Amino acid sequence: MDIATLQTELMAAIDSADTLDALEAVRISALGKQGSVSALLKTMGAMSPDERQAQGPIINGLRESVTTALAAKKAGLETAELNRRLANEYVDMTLPAPETPRGTVHPVSQVMDELAEIFADMGFAVAEGREIEDDWHNFTALNIPETHPARAMHDTFYFPDEMARDGSKMLLRTHTSPVQIRTMTSQEPPIRIIAPGRVYRSDSDATHTPMFHQIEGLVIDKGIHLGHLKWTLETFLKAYFEREDVVLRLRPSYFPFTEPSVEVDVGYSMVNGKRVIGGSEGWMEVLGSGMVHRKVIEACGLDPDIWQGFAFGTGVDRLAMLKYGMDDLRAFFDGDNRWLQHYGFDALDVPTLSGGVGA
Amino acid sequence: MKFSLSWLKEHLHTDADIHAVADCLNRIGLEVEGIENPADKLSAFRIAKVLSAAPHPQADKLQVLSVDAGGEPLQVVCGAPNARAGLLGVFGPAGAVVPANGMVLKVAAIRGVESNGMMCSIAELELGDDHDGIIELAADAPVGQAYADWAGLDDPVIDVSITPNRQDCMGVRGIARDLAAAGLGTLRPLSEVYRIDFAAPNEGGGPAPIVRTDDIAGCPAFFAQAVSGVRNGDAPEWMRSKLKAIGQKPISVLVDITNFVSIDLGRPLHVYDRAKLNGALVARKAIDGEDMVALNGKTYTLDSSMTVIADDSMVHDIGGIMGGEHSGVSETTSDVLIECAYFDPEHIARTGQKLALTSDARQRFERGVDPAFLEDGLAIATKLVLDHCGGTASAITRSGTAPVAPRDISYDTQYCQQLGGVDVTPEEQRNILERLGFSVSDNWYVTVPTWRRDVDGPADIVEEVVRIVGLDNVVSVPLPRADGVAKPTATPVQSLERKVRRTAAARGLNEAINWSFLPQKAADAFGGGAWSLANPISEDMKVMRPSLLPGLLSAAQRNMDRGASSVRLFEIGRRYFAAADGTSDERLTAGIVLAGDKSVRNWATGKATKFDAFDAKADAIALLKAAGVATDGLLVMDDAGAHYHPGQSATLRMGPKNILAAFGTLHPATAKAFDLDGSIVAAEIFLDAIPLKKATGFMRPAFTPPALQAVTRDFAFLVSQDTPANDLVRSIKGCDKDNIVAVRLFDRFAGQGVPDGQVSLAVEVTLQPTDKSYGDDDLKLISDKVIAAAAKLGAVLRG
Repeated sequence: MDIATLQTELMAAIDSADTLDALEAVRISALGKQGSVSALLKTMGAMSPDERQAQGPIINGLRESVTTALAAKKAGLETAELNRRLANEYVDMTLPAPETPRGTVHPVSQVMDELAEIFADMGFAVAEGREIEDDWHNFTALNIPETHPARAMHDTFYFPDEMARDGSKMLLRTHTSPVQIRTMTSQEPPIRIIAPGRVYRSDSDATHTPMFHQIEGLVIDKGIHLGHLKWTLETFLKAYFEREDVVLRLRPSYFPFTEPSVEVDVGYSMVNGKRVIGGSEGWMEVLGSGMVHRKVIEACGLDPDIWQGFAFGTGVDRLAMLKYGMDDLRAFFDGDNRWLQHYGFDALDVPTLSGGVGA
Repeated sequence: MKFSLSWLKEHLHTDADIHAVADCLNRIGLEVEGIENPADKLSAFRIAKVLSAAPHPQADKLQVLSVDAGGEPLQVVCGAPNARAGLLGVFGPAGAVVPANGMVLKVAAIRGVESNGMMCSIAELELGDDHDGIIELAADAPVGQAYADWAGLDDPVIDVSITPNRQDCMGVRGIARDLAAAGLGTLRPLSEVYRIDFAAPNEGGGPAPIVRTDDIAGCPAFFAQAVSGVRNGDAPEWMRSKLKAIGQKPISVLVDITNFVSIDLGRPLHVYDRAKLNGALVARKAIDGEDMVALNGKTYTLDSSMTVIADDSMVHDIGGIMGGEHSGVSETTSDVLIECAYFDPEHIARTGQKLALTSDARQRFERGVDPAFLEDGLAIATKLVLDHCGGTASAITRSGTAPVAPRDISYDTQYCQQLGGVDVTPEEQRNILERLGFSVSDNWYVTVPTWRRDVDGPADIVEEVVRIVGLDNVVSVPLPRADGVAKPTATPVQSLERKVRRTAAARGLNEAINWSFLPQKAADAFGGGAWSLANPISEDMKVMRPSLLPGLLSAAQRNMDRGASSVRLFEIGRRYFAAADGTSDERLTAGIVLAGDKSVRNWATGKATKFDAFDAKADAIALLKAAGVATDGLLVMDDAGAHYHPGQSATLRMGPKNILAAFGTLHPATAKAFDLDGSIVAAEIFLDAIPLKKATGFMRPAFTPPALQAVTRDFAFLVSQDTPANDLVRSIKGCDKDNIVAVRLFDRFAGQGVPDGQVSLAVEVTLQPTDKSYGDDDLKLISDKVIAAAAKLGAVLRG
């Protein structure tokens, strides 16, 4: 058999091999120890140099082309084999992936973080105080003596008389204002703090719960006046609602611990039947504030002729409702999973000034 | 405090309409809570004349009227017994809404006869209680005109919220004075309003009543005048309609006069029926245990701190708060004693608080009525009684004196700018103060008017000026800003709390906020509460919580009741204990409750899986890690608490004493108490117990990965089944610290091939060579140490 015929036959055999095993058999028949191509290669040793010069390239060419054809065919068969296997490994990708539960941060916590962020930029630190207070810190030091009508208006939760300390009744704080006292009695001015936390009043209906959250702000420094208070509240509310069209209306009011006292309304517009902060179609009361009363500064051992400042307080739950649209305060404290999923915030919705405080 | 616009205009000359008045009130600190015009809901109702009245063909009690309401006569079916031809009444046409019941009137057949509207009763229009028949108007009422206009009902009523400092505005006159100061009009002199000459009071004839005050502290002044021969009928229409407009029910002229003066002038009075009095009327302290039936019908037991007005027989008045039933006036009263007294605000407040009794009089006296207005107040009261009840006045008795000493405040006009942030010229400040009734000396001593008890310092003067000038004129001034970028303002504990919160949320937990108070039983089951409220809103909200779990468990139970199959809740808040010094010890804590399915059934793994104690452990450790605790070194010990399953719970401690967390399966009895079933697991992380890390700067230690690769070796041991696996791990970990860098338990098996009472525990030990790779001898040496360490716990290497 001449070489050309052998090549033709081998190529045909390679081409027709339809499994890797069949292809291996062809390889052995050609390139194995007893293979036809191997046999030809062996003949070259007995050839004269001239013969070898003539036959060598032909025989080597045969080996070369058979080897290449075998490799190409092998690759083709392997791909086909892989494809066949992959086709068998089909999985319905419309099947649901494993579920991971979504956790949430409560709106009150989120809003407290937002407020901390906004006020940090204005230089306010976050202060804390006790929730179980004595009536000196909650009332007396705040210029609310025992017979003051404002005490009765606070619907205070009291602890029994035998828990009293140094003649001061123990109670659940009715506002975050005692933190003002605790701060001024423990820290040298200048002071800029906010104090968020739980407060308690003996009151329960659709818009009042016996426990709710307030945030208190206090600035004590030299030369602080009502204009600074106004700027602070405007800046805070604009930053919180992330709207430039937040309009404030300041009304003279009365709190025993501030003089002058100012109540702050924020303007709203009606959008799809809901009140949205911004504009001035109507007014909602959001804040109480004022210049800290001399008697309060004195009660804290500071000289009111040197130090003056302002304080303000507002409901955290209410701020959350105004910004995010909840309309029932009681649901805040019900732990309803559906509500938490609906109004709660993702763990990574961390309020930042660069990313926006709202989420 | 409610008043109508027309009432206000008795004291204030002004052309301002209701909106201008309301705006001004808000601007000067008298907050308008609402405005209601009774005419609004009556606008459709017209004056009509009944032209004829005929019996209804189908009903005995009905009549068919022909009514002239200013157009074509209309047929109206009417059931009122007083309906008759010639009657002038009030007609509601089809389309009108009946105020009393919200019904929309329609043209409809009533028992087969068409009716085009309704003739109305007093009650239907909410003008009173009378519903016996339809309204009958005077013969001169103009047919066809809007009834509300003709009846003078087009008079809006303003409701103003008066802050506790402004007693002077608990009378219409005080509000008028404030509005006048703000430039809304001019205040009419009081003598003109009441047409009375205060310079010449009616000193009457006959002996003055015998009254005196024996309690100068509680009742510094007690003035009284008697009027004999009075007739106590209905008050005049103008007084009745003013009282009705603000929702006060007219009672009798004598009672109405006291109410009217109280609302008009903020001056409470009391009128006694002299026939019921026995001897002198004396203001004195009550005797302990003395009691009195008050005008509200309730009996009050008094004590010696309370000021009362009593005669020789009994107490007739809880001074300044409420009168007694016995000597109250009635329709048969003919001789009266009018009391105009000054009660000390602090005394009134204490007595009112003790008796839990509130009244219009108390509200005024405890805020402090004008101490200089006793003489004129009594003169007005007497004049009103004489004018409307007849009779003759006695001489006046004046016992004691009210505290009218003038109060002067030294004021610097600069202070307005310094505190109020608004620049007002001294002249303007003087003008404002004088319009408010202050007097100002040339060297700026400001004398406070007697009715402004709230003003006692320069800051109050600033407030007066600023509120009249208007807060709109205060210019915003930025707070001075610290140089550079804002510094962190959160305390280490706050930062820790934030990390823990967001880690919990990232792990799929939902943050709840539960009440700080618990029912007694729930608190007791969790170690008992140190603080129980004296006046809880309900028994379910009584004890300050010693644990966060009861609140979370209740929330879990509510969710389960709503059909939730899986609940993952956490809360970060305080637990409340008592410190040794009696103050509260409030400890920041995170609580976790996992209930129901951990994973729902699904196509890949089949059945739903339930939470177990290790889910709680994983969360506890993750949260501690987030709080910066090196959790590898924590001890796992018992004593998680009686609310946990005793065999499936533990504490995580930093050292043997400091418990950082407790976790486990909830005790079935606890679960049952909260109406929960199935496997409920919980964890508590005591954030207050975590030592705060010291700030060490931002630099991390250098990164020095070992040059040689670590190798692992597996060991399986047979140990007694009550040997804690963690003991084995710790023991192995500690046996060769130079080489062993990690020990991880990966298998625990009991059953075939393992003797009874024993378990097989398999650990993977990671060895880290330092300067040269391990040879067989090295590994043998380490392996022997591991086996020896295990042997100390009775563990035997499995063959």
